Amino acid sequence: MLYVVITFLWTSILLYLLLGGADFGAGIIELFTSKGNKAVTRKTLYSAIGPIWEANHMWLIIAIVILFVGFPVIYSTMSVNLHIPLTIMLLGIIARGTAFTFRHYDAVVDDMQHVYNSIFAISSFITPLFLGIIAGSAVSGHIDPQADTFLSAYIFSWLHWFSVSVGLFTVAICGFLASVYLIGETQNEHDRLRFAHKAQFFNIGAVICGILVFTAAYVEQIPLIEWVFGNWVGRIAIVSATLSLIWMWYLLYQGKIGLLRPLAGFQVTMILLTTTYRHFPNIVLFKGGGYLSLLEHSGQEKTMQALGLALLLGSVFILPALFYLIYSFQKKPLEAGSADH
Amino acid sequence: MNDFIAARSQMALSLGFHIVFSCIGMVMPFFMAVAHYYWLKTDEIVYKNVTKAWSKGVAIFFATGAVSGTVLSFELGLLWPGFMKHAGPIFGMPFSLEGTAFFIEAIALGFFLYGWDRFNKWFHWFTGVIVGVSGLASGILVVAANAWMNSPAGFDHINGQYLNIDPIKAMFNDAWFSQALHMTIAAFVATGFAVAGVHALMILKGKNVLFHTKSFTIAAAFGCVAAILQPLSGDISAKDVAIRQPAKLAAMEAHFHTEKSASLLVGGIPDEEKKEVNYAVKLPGFLSFLAHGDFQSEVTGLDKIAPENHPPVAITHYAFQIMVGMGMAMMLVSVLYFLALWKQKHWLNSPWLLKLFVAATPLGFIAVEAGWTVTEVGRQPWIIYGIMRTADAVTPMPGIAYSFYLFTAVYASLAVIVIFMLYRQIKMVGTLYDKA
Repeated sequence: MLYVVITFLWTSILLYLLLGGADFGAGIIELFTSKGNKAVTRKTLYSAIGPIWEANHMWLIIAIVILFVGFPVIYSTMSVNLHIPLTIMLLGIIARGTAFTFRHYDAVVDDMQHVYNSIFAISSFITPLFLGIIAGSAVSGHIDPQADTFLSAYIFSWLHWFSVSVGLFTVAICGFLASVYLIGETQNEHDRLRFAHKAQFFNIGAVICGILVFTAAYVEQIPLIEWVFGNWVGRIAIVSATLSLIWMWYLLYQGKIGLLRPLAGFQVTMILLTTTYRHFPNIVLFKGGGYLSLLEHSGQEKTMQALGLALLLGSVFILPALFYLIYSFQKKPLEAGSADH
Repeated sequence: MNDFIAARSQMALSLGFHIVFSCIGMVMPFFMAVAHYYWLKTDEIVYKNVTKAWSKGVAIFFATGAVSGTVLSFELGLLWPGFMKHAGPIFGMPFSLEGTAFFIEAIALGFFLYGWDRFNKWFHWFTGVIVGVSGLASGILVVAANAWMNSPAGFDHINGQYLNIDPIKAMFNDAWFSQALHMTIAAFVATGFAVAGVHALMILKGKNVLFHTKSFTIAAAFGCVAAILQPLSGDISAKDVAIRQPAKLAAMEAHFHTEKSASLLVGGIPDEEKKEVNYAVKLPGFLSFLAHGDFQSEVTGLDKIAPENHPPVAITHYAFQIMVGMGMAMMLVSVLYFLALWKQKHWLNSPWLLKLFVAATPLGFIAVEAGWTVTEVGRQPWIIYGIMRTADAVTPMPGIAYSFYLFTAVYASLAVIVIFMLYRQIKMVGTLYDKA
């Protein structure tokens, strides 16, 4: 049952990265769109993610519940040492979630829309940035259980080049996912081209941030190269992700959109697989070589059994309903702006 | 402000904020489903308009409730890591099920809000009902988790270790039923009266009277039925608390001295140093009856409980008085309303009844906040009753006061924006929903 729970944890994180990521990316694109095109971008993204918006973010809740029920030591350690980035991420989640809903459901359309829009776009950038910082910090070896000053315990645990570059990388990936997603959501050739350019822009951004991550790892003596390329799973994942990336660029160039989404999703999945495979079952690496492991720091057997059953039971209800929701609105997208009247 | 008080204040603030949104998010879908049902059955356009207007309220409240709930799930660890390290695996079962319920609610809401004219009309209606049912289920599950903190079960506490964990037993702890029942009914009372009050005000102002009358009738019916049922569940809760948490009951009633045939106090100002209550109205024997169903029985007072385990008496006592007072007031309004429906039809058209409802608009939520204060403050100094002290669970991180100020600012601005948006929704009823 422990492995069932771990599978659910990994899948929730992946789905949050893919679906929630595309969601964050939609706001990031808005931030990087010229004034004249903002309104169209906003409408397209609204009709694309409106109906599944709330569901996309449930994956985070599922992951957190799995952590605090199944792996309480990991959850509480991260809560203490990463208190500040977690709090900033939370503020981002609050700002984003409410601004998105407010701007759509405000009965009067006036200058308040600018306020909602700016809050939405800025928090869409901040939230994944800090999500990445948290993930980067967990494996960076900067968390020091023996730390005795405020700075070493609560600031240097997360504020360093490696985690910040992982944060930026996450932002670029979200922007990339969202632009690929939106290409298929518009019938207008001009907009489609615009989103394709955005996809290329964020893709290049992701590569640059990727190089930053490796550089920061080198400077901070984090053996990232060995983690990624030191085992056959990592090598295969990186090679196939690269090949699919070339294929995707070719398709983008040709203007074919059918396979774009699965390819983008595949690349992100491979990145997550590579970065998590080498550490498994460890999830938090401490300064000085200690670690917290999913296998050694899990709850007692009965807890894991109950949790596993609850998750299996939940997926029986959730997955079909979620697929039907996505399918229904894919088949016949909303007409932009007409969602509620 | 020290870090411990800051952490408690931030938790209280987050819960106090979330609870309003979750109550409305949990109950409004039922109002919506009733209006929607009338629309499908009668084809009267006003019901469709009411459904649509309410669904916007639900969307706003759901989104705000969902993010504040997400914040709470992180805050459990951010503020109380010592608690979560041990409690997570024990009382996590309702949270894992709640995740499912919440997820279903989000999916159903997607279908409902965006599904107008896209699906079979009864399927569409049904998704609205599912929003309500799954919301209700998640509310009950979260309360079951809180109940465990009041009535820990499903593990053995031996030498500081938490052994033989049984998550199912923990979920069905002794307090889950009475707490969940009381809270669920409270959500219906609070939301019913709040919604009815707003519509009553608009009727009095003579704006879109048909629209607001239909809305008022649905909300008032839910609120009034619940308000009449609530004292029954309150009685179940009181008897339960008397057995499980005598210290909490003693604090609620500012009952300093153990005695037989104890008096029920109405109002009064407790003096914790002199251990007496001034200016209270005493109803002899009624506390014994309330606690144990017998006018002669003995009720444990704070004198039988070690001083270091006393909850803050004054806050708990005032909060309890406020909750009961508000509940009684709403019950009275409900009785008048049903009397009007049943015998005195002409009352329904007289402004005084509507004015009563307008006056009662905030009472339900004041009662809900007061009730939570009783539950949470009355449990102190324990975070897990009798097992772990709240002070031992708090995060070691310094500077929580700043975090508290930050969240206070965020929640205050959110509250202002939501009120501002609701005001705009109501102002626009004539243009958007009631063109005829």
